Amino acid sequence: MSGGVDSSVAAALMQREGHHVVGVTMRLWGGESDTGCCSVSDVDDARRVAQQLDIDHLVFNFSDDFQEKVVDPYVHAHATGVTPNPCIECNRSLKFSRLTERADTLGFDAVATGHHARLVRNTNGETRVHRGGDAAKDQSYVVHMLTGRELERTLFPVGDMTKAEVRALAAELGLRTATKPDSQDVCFIPTTGGRETFLGKRIPFHSGRVIDTEGHDVGRVDAVELVTIGQRRGIGLYKTEAKRFVVDIDTTSRTVVVGTESDLRRTGLALHSMVWAGGSPESGRYRVQCSAHGASLPCAVEVIDGDRVQVTLDQPHRRVAPGQSAVLYDESDAYVVAGGLVSAASAWPASVGATA
Amino acid sequence: MSVGVIDRGLIYLDHAATTPMRPEAIEAMQPFLADVYANPSGSHRFARDARRAIDEARDAVAAVIGCKPGEVIFNGGGTEGDNTAIFGAVRRIQATGGAATAVCSAAEHHAVLHCVEHLAPRGAGIVVGTDDGGCIATDELADVVRRLAAEGTVPVVSVMAVNNEVGSITPLDEVARVVRAGASNAILHTDAVQAACWLDLAPLTASVDVLSLSSHKFGGPKGCGVMFQRAGVEIEPLIFGGGQERDRRSGTHNVAGIVATAAALLATAAERATESARIAELRSELVSGLLAIGGVSATVPADRSVPGIAHLCIEGIENEALLFLLDEAGLCASAASACASGAMEPSHVLAAMGVPRELARGALRLSLGHTTRRSDVTSAVGIVGAAVARLRSHTRA
Repeated sequence: MSGGVDSSVAAALMQREGHHVVGVTMRLWGGESDTGCCSVSDVDDARRVAQQLDIDHLVFNFSDDFQEKVVDPYVHAHATGVTPNPCIECNRSLKFSRLTERADTLGFDAVATGHHARLVRNTNGETRVHRGGDAAKDQSYVVHMLTGRELERTLFPVGDMTKAEVRALAAELGLRTATKPDSQDVCFIPTTGGRETFLGKRIPFHSGRVIDTEGHDVGRVDAVELVTIGQRRGIGLYKTEAKRFVVDIDTTSRTVVVGTESDLRRTGLALHSMVWAGGSPESGRYRVQCSAHGASLPCAVEVIDGDRVQVTLDQPHRRVAPGQSAVLYDESDAYVVAGGLVSAASAWPASVGATA
Repeated sequence: MSVGVIDRGLIYLDHAATTPMRPEAIEAMQPFLADVYANPSGSHRFARDARRAIDEARDAVAAVIGCKPGEVIFNGGGTEGDNTAIFGAVRRIQATGGAATAVCSAAEHHAVLHCVEHLAPRGAGIVVGTDDGGCIATDELADVVRRLAAEGTVPVVSVMAVNNEVGSITPLDEVARVVRAGASNAILHTDAVQAACWLDLAPLTASVDVLSLSSHKFGGPKGCGVMFQRAGVEIEPLIFGGGQERDRRSGTHNVAGIVATAAALLATAAERATESARIAELRSELVSGLLAIGGVSATVPADRSVPGIAHLCIEGIENEALLFLLDEAGLCASAASACASGAMEPSHVLAAMGVPRELARGALRLSLGHTTRRSDVTSAVGIVGAAVARLRSHTRA
């Protein structure tokens, strides 16, 4: 129970079904925060909802694990030009790992969360993560890594509902979280100062060259570590010309490559650390989604080995930053087939010809 | 029987967090909740009844802690006493043109530690280390006090009489010798909150300039406390207003709370010797029962700690999970202190003592008190043993 409306209603629904429910709030971030996440007021909301439902409420302190598994890798990845999605790593390493293990140890049968995704058993009797009932709020992308045994003890009680239905039910039950706004930002990065201040306290920044796709020097940046693929502003160009986008970053040589929007568009996408819902990798036609609320794109996937695949999009699309998660859905875009991380392999400009 | 924990069928071994109120205290406060509601600062006969109750309570408290009645201040609890002593002493010295620096150990209760840490960035707070029992390192303290004295800075030293987590007893007389020898103008405060049930308070009072107590740790009500401030020791008040408590702590007297505080302290003092012996025996049974589980160590030897606290480190488990299972089985216990969200924080006391973080994850505090019976201890050993076995069987190899 994060203190938000979805997990509040999830708890209420589980209780309504007659389960013995205990509410748990994870304390994850031990440092300063002004985003509201992990804040005392969120825990207060979770506890008050639990009291209202007359269920026990516990707070588990997983801040050491969060630091080790989510924050440190996030910070260090930036030093190498890789930008991971910390929310997905948190789900992978904390929510559906540390917490479910704890729940298992304490004798609970399942962990229910407020995610907008559905768990559906297919004709082979295997459970798959399907998109949530509310297309606009679908969170299957952030829980794509769930497989096998994890799926058997995970429940998404609000997965079939629209957000409006969730809020309506919360209001009907008189839950104080009914009209609470959705959380937006990365919980451990303060909104004041943002990523720059947060990373600046933790890793050294290095200035770097900005070159165009022909290799000409066109500017300088103060911190290569803060530049992201697709970025348009603040890339220190000597003179403003046509729209320029960051199309590649090499933190080793401290070089940022800028180009036109079409230079940014690719059809090729290499993925690693693949997790397959069905266990075995399978080449074929899928749809791929590369951000939490981005559209999925039709593609062909070729399995390279158990860990890696090469994705070829039907239409070129803006390059995705290395370290981001890419999730493969079936062709009808209904359920998760696999997920992995975008590789840094397709370095500019060597692979231009191959992938553009 | 009105004692809730018995009605609920719970085994309450969390007396260091708070004690059940003593029947004497509950009885003593009743008239002042209902009939005698007058403000004791008033000038009518009704007010005088309330005033008399406070004066009598003050005499009783003074007798127990070994000071003059005029040196007793009734306040809102241990945290207020700690804050008043530290900030009040530092501010008074600064107000008279002097320099002051607050000093405490890293194992102090947060009510002291956070005051000193608050002053530290302004150059007026120093945190020193502890020995392996969580008591202030007297060598280091001596060095700091001497150095401050040489700089012309007045040390305001705060040393807990008994550690609230691990139960270790600080040799306050030795601390006082060290402090006085290093700086004759030093102010020495003790947070004696965890001492009240187990130690004769008079020798503690004799060693220090300021002493803080919290009523709910000795069978009194929450939100009430006692501060001893030696005559002649100057401390600025934390709270200004109507000038109650000789201008040292303003605010309308909590008459019922004060009366109950005195009743609880009297009853505690009267039974201290017999209770200490009884509880020491029960603690010994508890600890040997828990040590028999295996992979369990007592954090502080029995002869260095108060009888009421059994602190153990249990290998191969996480106390957050353990506390859940104990709670499910009806055993009220605790581990380290909880933060504002209610999450368990890694213990700063164990960190100060040099206990490895991994072992500190398995810390468990069982604290006994006036309502503890042998059956509580016997049941607790069984409950903890079963819970530890379960957690260990689930731990990945």
